[in-house]
Amino acid sequence: MTTCRIHSIETLGGVDGPGVRCVVFFQGCPLRCLYCQNPDTQCDEGGREVSITELMRTIKRMRPYFGSEGGVTLSGGEPLAQPAAVAEVLRACRAAGIHTAIDTSGACDTPAAREAAALADLLLLDIKHPDTVICKALTGCGLESAMTLLKAAQARQQAVWIRHVVVPGWSDTPACIDELADLLAPFSCIQRIELLPYHRLAAEKYRALGQPLPLPDTPAADPVAVRKLQQQLNRAMRLIDFSAGRP
Amino acid sequence: MNITADFQKAWQGFIPGPWQQAIEVRDFIQHNLTPYEGDESFLTGPTDRTQRLNLKLQELLRQEAERGGVLDINVNAISSLLTYEPGYLDRENECIVGLQTEKPLCRGVNPFGGVRMARQACEAYGYTLGPDVERACEYRTTHNDGVFHVYSDTMLNLRKHGYITGLPDAYGRGRIIGDYRRVALYGVDRLMEAKQADKDALAAKTMTEETIRRCEELWKEIDFLAKLKKMAAAYGIDIAGPACTAREAVQWIYFAYLGAIKEQNGAAMSLGRVSAFIDIYFEREFRNGSITESQAQEIIDHFVMKLRMARQLRTPEYNELFAGDPMWITEALGGMGEDGRTLVTRTTFRFLNTLYTLGHAPEPNLTILWSPRLPEAFRRYCARVSIETDSIQYENDELMRTRYGDDYGIACCVSAMRIGKQMQYFGARCNLPKVLLLAINGGRDEHSGLQIAPARPPLTGRTLEYGQVMEQFQFYCDWLCENYVNTMNIIHFMHDKYAYEKLEMSLHDTTVERFMAFGLAGLSVMADSFSAIRHARVTPVQDERGLAVDFTIAGDFPCYGNDDPRVDGMATELVKAFEAGLKKHPTYRGSSHTLSILTITSNVVYGRSTGATPDGRAAGKPFAPGANPMHDRDGRGALASLNSVAGIPYDSCRDGISCTFTITPDSLGSKASVQASNLISILDGYFGQQGHHLNVNVLNREQLLDAQAHPERYPQLTIRVSGYAVNFTRLSRKHQDEVIARTFHNTLQ
Repeated sequence: MTTCRIHSIETLGGVDGPGVRCVVFFQGCPLRCLYCQNPDTQCDEGGREVSITELMRTIKRMRPYFGSEGGVTLSGGEPLAQPAAVAEVLRACRAAGIHTAIDTSGACDTPAAREAAALADLLLLDIKHPDTVICKALTGCGLESAMTLLKAAQARQQAVWIRHVVVPGWSDTPACIDELADLLAPFSCIQRIELLPYHRLAAEKYRALGQPLPLPDTPAADPVAVRKLQQQLNRAMRLIDFSAGRP
Repeated sequence: MNITADFQKAWQGFIPGPWQQAIEVRDFIQHNLTPYEGDESFLTGPTDRTQRLNLKLQELLRQEAERGGVLDINVNAISSLLTYEPGYLDRENECIVGLQTEKPLCRGVNPFGGVRMARQACEAYGYTLGPDVERACEYRTTHNDGVFHVYSDTMLNLRKHGYITGLPDAYGRGRIIGDYRRVALYGVDRLMEAKQADKDALAAKTMTEETIRRCEELWKEIDFLAKLKKMAAAYGIDIAGPACTAREAVQWIYFAYLGAIKEQNGAAMSLGRVSAFIDIYFEREFRNGSITESQAQEIIDHFVMKLRMARQLRTPEYNELFAGDPMWITEALGGMGEDGRTLVTRTTFRFLNTLYTLGHAPEPNLTILWSPRLPEAFRRYCARVSIETDSIQYENDELMRTRYGDDYGIACCVSAMRIGKQMQYFGARCNLPKVLLLAINGGRDEHSGLQIAPARPPLTGRTLEYGQVMEQFQFYCDWLCENYVNTMNIIHFMHDKYAYEKLEMSLHDTTVERFMAFGLAGLSVMADSFSAIRHARVTPVQDERGLAVDFTIAGDFPCYGNDDPRVDGMATELVKAFEAGLKKHPTYRGSSHTLSILTITSNVVYGRSTGATPDGRAAGKPFAPGANPMHDRDGRGALASLNSVAGIPYDSCRDGISCTFTITPDSLGSKASVQASNLISILDGYFGQQGHHLNVNVLNREQLLDAQAHPERYPQLTIRVSGYAVNFTRLSRKHQDEVIARTFHNTLQ
């Protein structure tokens, strides 16, 4: 019986892919992003072990809420750090006609992870920073593996939503957004780019884990400024409906 | 019948049918309905007149709040249809007239439920009940007197110690919906004739107690229809005949409702289901070109403004129990017809639009009868209104239409009934966690130590054993059910005898089906307690009197609210067993037993009077509202929680299953259109699984905290609690804290 290690399940996700999503947060992540909002999902040993059978039972119980758009989002942590389990869930969902998305940093560039990623209907790919050196400083990992995943998605015409957290002092300048636009412009598989403002709501989680807040002096990103950057990005990408910000 | 010239004029342009021969409002609607499948773009804003009127009302509301919630009381008269001179908000500008007393927001006194409550209410607000009223009651038995003349010691104890709470034995029972539309369609004279014919027919029967009672009730109904005519005449309006225009139809309906709330101070007095009916009159005028959209909206706005001004005089304790000053003027909107056409009309939209033309408000209690087959544009509009105003609730039309037809209304929050054909005897609710403690303590009350129920060996002193607890609980539950039914029988015998709803019942068929509506509180506490006893090790902690005052729990146990069949099944079994227990005991007047899981906001008050429970809930802590899971125990998010509630079988809870759902806008979706679509998916998913009722709040915790600190900035902040909406800033601090503490379904990221 295949099992996986998950942090938790949020049966009502409204912001991780289209429609109403059942979000499975996998436990464990190879990255240590300075702005991580879910530090409790980083450690490989935490969380709880569940069988894929049990996980699928939970997911199928949520089907009545999915409507025409919704489905399952595998998030984390880094779901592709558990590629065999992820592949099994994705295959089971496909067999059941449930839309699937993986929320990933693309940091796990292994054959098994590549195979699992290809099975999702949608990739929610985090581009942490368009500059690989800064990306490495911010997350512990350069940009290359994420770009490899994006290229693979392009090659198989898999739908991708890009997500990028705007962190003050790190990735909140118009120049950074231009750079991001240049980086992403060649990829027609990208349907949407969401800029997400950095917030400090995870402070309590860090305290509970006995860890210092990695960016103690960084303020939350100003939503108005982020909306402006989103508009700039949308213009640069010449696409209309990238606006994920509040109206 | 012979259709006279008056009727010909009033009904001109309507498609004829059986409704012309007999009093059949549904038939009229079905023949003349214009379903509306479009969107809200036709709606207009408030007229200048409406805005002026509304400003005046807002100022009065401000003054009312400033004076502690009661603007004025007329202490010198007993409220009824002809007690007061006509009153106006602004005679020049209002197109729908009629007030409960001479002055807007001034409360009348209705002592027939019980004079003591009326006296206390006056005193609480710095008034003294007038000597004439006191004298009138001295020689008259009230409903409250009658009940207390007959209550047994056991019943008094169950009431006093909070096992059965909120019983309508000191105020009007409410929950009866007159078919106010009948007055508009037929006029009062025609209704009087029909009632007279029913009374004449009874004269040929053997005069049994029931027949005599029926005859007397019919006499009272006819008498009050005559009074209704006089009440309207005082405003210079003759409602003997049918309404001829849309404005008249609304005015006739309002007069009928106004008469009802002047005569009765029922706890919840719904409006029913008037929008499609009114729409037929509007459509006729649109066809003639004699009305504009702006005029139509104005009529609805002025009507709704009047409903928002409805008040009853209550004691501060009553207001505490129900968190504010609710009237439950519930209007059921939308739904589908039995023939597959929707009952959504333009006027359905116009009612929802009042939340914008007049601002957000808890009354009238706008209730959407939800179906996946409702027009998509209407579904989207509802979702938008929910997200923007938090002022509407949803109920499952598919579930109810198959049981109540397509002309049912909602009494109070969740109680469905065919309009004009069914009524209910309201029975508040039983605090089941206290019954469980009674079982553990061998029939002694966990606070006072009093032997309330027959003595049995207590289960304290060792780890609780599931089978034994269940057996003992079943014994006390059966005992409770018998006493609960008997108590209700007394209350409703006396209410019929001393405070019969003359006007509301005159707007029902003479042969009416009756429900007796029981209720239970603390469902999630019970399910989790059973689960803890079964799956973990629960040991009572005794005080020096040998009473279980706390419990130690070793081990984990599944909690209700996580879509976990191990515990959700226990909730279902409990509900079925309780309903079956009630049905063993015969009811007054052959009414059918029904059950609700609805606490209004009294989950706070019930929790306060309940000791620590085996699920780990501390003594005095609030229960979850209605059928909601306990907060912080539903660890898998909102949909798992909704699945648990949807699993409670409606057919065992025919009086309704209330669930309140609160989510922050950001976690519902990243932008308004996505939020609306996602809300629609949630509603479809919940109701598709036979969920019955859902309150929807889309709001931020920060916003509520700010409103708590600066109430003056949020005069219209409305939120849904249990089966109705309240103005947040008018809640007590304790209730505000409870609402804020309760689960905000918020995603992790």
